[in-house]
Amino acid sequence: MQAKTTILSLPTEEFLHPGTRACTGCALAIAYRIGLKALGKDTILVVPPSCLTVLQGLFPIASTKLPCLNVTFASTAAAATGILATLKAQGKDKIKVAAWAGDGGTSDIGLQALSGAAERGDNFIYLCYDNEGYMNTGVQRSGTTPIGAITANTPFKGKLQPKKDVSAIMAAHNLSYVATCSASYPLDLFDKIKKCVDLPGTKYIHIHIPCPPGWGYEPRYGIKIGRLAVETGYYDLYEIINGEFRLTGASEKLVEKRKLIPVREYFRAQSRFKVLTDAQITDIQKEIDKKWNEYYKKED
Amino acid sequence: MHIIENGNVAAALGVMLCRVNVIAAYPITPQTPLTEKLSEYVESGEMKAEYIPVESEHSALAVCIAASSAGGRSFTATSANGLLYMHEQVQWAAGARLPIVMCVVNRAVGAPWNVWNDQQDSISQRDTGWIQIYCADHQQIIDSIIKAYWLAEKVSIPIMVCYDGYILSHTYMPFDVPDQKKVDDFLPPFNPDYALNPHEPANLNTVTLPDVRLDVRGELAHGYMEIRYLLHEEMRKSLTVAAEAEKRFVDIFGRGGDPYIEPYLCDDAEYVAVGLGSLTYQLRVCVDTLRKEGIKAGVMGIRFYRPFPDIALANALKGKKGVIVFEKALSYGYEGALVSDLKSALYEHLAGTGTLPVVQNIIAGIGGRKIRTEDLTQNLRTAIKGQVTYEPVWIGLEI
Amino acid sequence: MGTRNYRRKTSHSEPGPGDGGRTGSWRVERPVLNTSLCIPCKRKAEACFICWLLCPDVVISRTIPPTIDLEYCKGCGICAEECPTKAITMVDESAFSEENEGKE
Repeated sequence: MQAKTTILSLPTEEFLHPGTRACTGCALAIAYRIGLKALGKDTILVVPPSCLTVLQGLFPIASTKLPCLNVTFASTAAAATGILATLKAQGKDKIKVAAWAGDGGTSDIGLQALSGAAERGDNFIYLCYDNEGYMNTGVQRSGTTPIGAITANTPFKGKLQPKKDVSAIMAAHNLSYVATCSASYPLDLFDKIKKCVDLPGTKYIHIHIPCPPGWGYEPRYGIKIGRLAVETGYYDLYEIINGEFRLTGASEKLVEKRKLIPVREYFRAQSRFKVLTDAQITDIQKEIDKKWNEYYKKED
Repeated sequence: MHIIENGNVAAALGVMLCRVNVIAAYPITPQTPLTEKLSEYVESGEMKAEYIPVESEHSALAVCIAASSAGGRSFTATSANGLLYMHEQVQWAAGARLPIVMCVVNRAVGAPWNVWNDQQDSISQRDTGWIQIYCADHQQIIDSIIKAYWLAEKVSIPIMVCYDGYILSHTYMPFDVPDQKKVDDFLPPFNPDYALNPHEPANLNTVTLPDVRLDVRGELAHGYMEIRYLLHEEMRKSLTVAAEAEKRFVDIFGRGGDPYIEPYLCDDAEYVAVGLGSLTYQLRVCVDTLRKEGIKAGVMGIRFYRPFPDIALANALKGKKGVIVFEKALSYGYEGALVSDLKSALYEHLAGTGTLPVVQNIIAGIGGRKIRTEDLTQNLRTAIKGQVTYEPVWIGLEI
Repeated sequence: MGTRNYRRKTSHSEPGPGDGGRTGSWRVERPVLNTSLCIPCKRKAEACFICWLLCPDVVISRTIPPTIDLEYCKGCGICAEECPTKAITMVDESAFSEENEGKE
């Protein structure tokens, strides 16, 4: 087992330039910055339209110091396959391919290509940064927008359907590695990327990304809100290695503590949940408690 | 080596001879035997390439786009709705200036479903920034693929090599398979100006502004419009580069000729039938009949539809009494796309000179409707007699 | 001078800072570090650096004391919020108006 990375042991080399167009307090920028450190220099990136397209820079300036191919919305995973195919044909097996796509680009329009690549077992890492909506186009609902969240096209009632569980869909492809992460725990993200990057086939990492304009909170509270999502048991950190599920990091510690922060605190910290009623929150709390009781039982 | 095989095998052999690195394809009739053959070549080890059995045509071209961006020579093939499903990627490949070669095995598009031949699929992709080459027989299929890679890589523009479904894809014909050595002499390895690599990081196809902007060195870089203008300008210039390709090809393989048009008995002809693909060879039979009747007729096959060889066509058709344009596709709400393009070329180059021919448009074979040679001949006779119609004539329409 | 002779004919971007311009101008509040509270400053040894870890804009250095690149710092305040000893405070930019005027 690899030693856990600490702030002091985290590589100091940066692959992101300052002065990006990302919004003030963008948590994607944190996850991306630390994720690139884990991937390292010998990596080619693939990015579909998303907040990251903007963060990465407009022609002719790139904010990222790694090579990157911008591709059409639905084609991210297939493009990763194409780069791999050339690298293989040219015998450049040491170069890694990493796709970074948003939740819309993954759970909605990109799902077919991702499923295809995962089924073929193409050897790359796919990172879905989930800010729970089409934030780049002005906060529209996506498949991963949670129930009750107000978006530009769920303007009054909030989203009526629950969040699509993309990690479970990817786990159903029998991947060597599936994990969830959060921008609020960047070292956990760093270690999970490091852990899986050399495993065979497609690797999938889902990253929860607080978004100040999309979620409705002051930029400075981004890390705290991401942490609340985990500490309320609302968003779980886990990994599935060859089909074996286990909670990790802060979520694993919650099993030891057996004390969840009430999910109300998470919802009330963001304006997007302002139409969630107390009754709805109570229902969601019940679901969370049920889920965690299963975790506790498993542990016992 | 001369062999007798079908058109899809001719295409597959062309792809193998070009030492393509990455092939990605999704099955669609009538393209399937081509990609099955390539799978055989790759799996048996006869061909050293990566074959990616993708889950959609959109992904097929995505794989080729990415493979090409990383410096690999890539190939895909499709038909009909497969091509339409790719449409976004088709535009992308051109804007990214990637020298991908794709075979389009021409088939009618839905709705309603129809698996038979016409050319609505590739014609509908006319304005995507791809070079389009149309083949009339199996020799042209295999030779066009070899020439296409050379040209595409020279001008950084992707190329569709189009051939008629069934009529060419599934029929057997003798053709010469060029020697690998000669193909290697003709086509050097793909060596792009830039290929994605960590030693020289670049971010490709980034959002590009309406206006020009300074780069990190302080040099003025293009805006979106300049990048798109260059695609157009270099596409127009590719006609000249295609002539160079043709000359090299003739030198090495001993066959070929005019790169963009293929005239048959046109020099002294008073009336010329014009078309794309296998139909132009069928029209040669009609012209032979008309010649026996004392009518001076000829056939002009168009090999390059984009870039449009407007000058070559205007020169070749100058002073003819009549031009009859046969098409297996149309721009709904007007007329065949080819006839509009051709009339525009004739007007541009011949207007006011007293040499403008009369032009008739004939639509044939939509959705695989049988095209009888005697019907073609009869329609030519009618048009030649001067009975030109304002709307296109539809051959074989039973309404 | 047009762009005809530009080295690329596609959208081919090269890495460099400040794609979004001097993003420091977005700032409403400025992070100010109190070195007497900052852990690595007090210990005079590498420690903590949470501000460096969590900065979305790569503007905080992993040095003693940590420095903040105000040319690009957008003033999100995550560093101030996450600093375990509250060594960073966000101060309204108007307090630095004279300095700002000098720069303009």
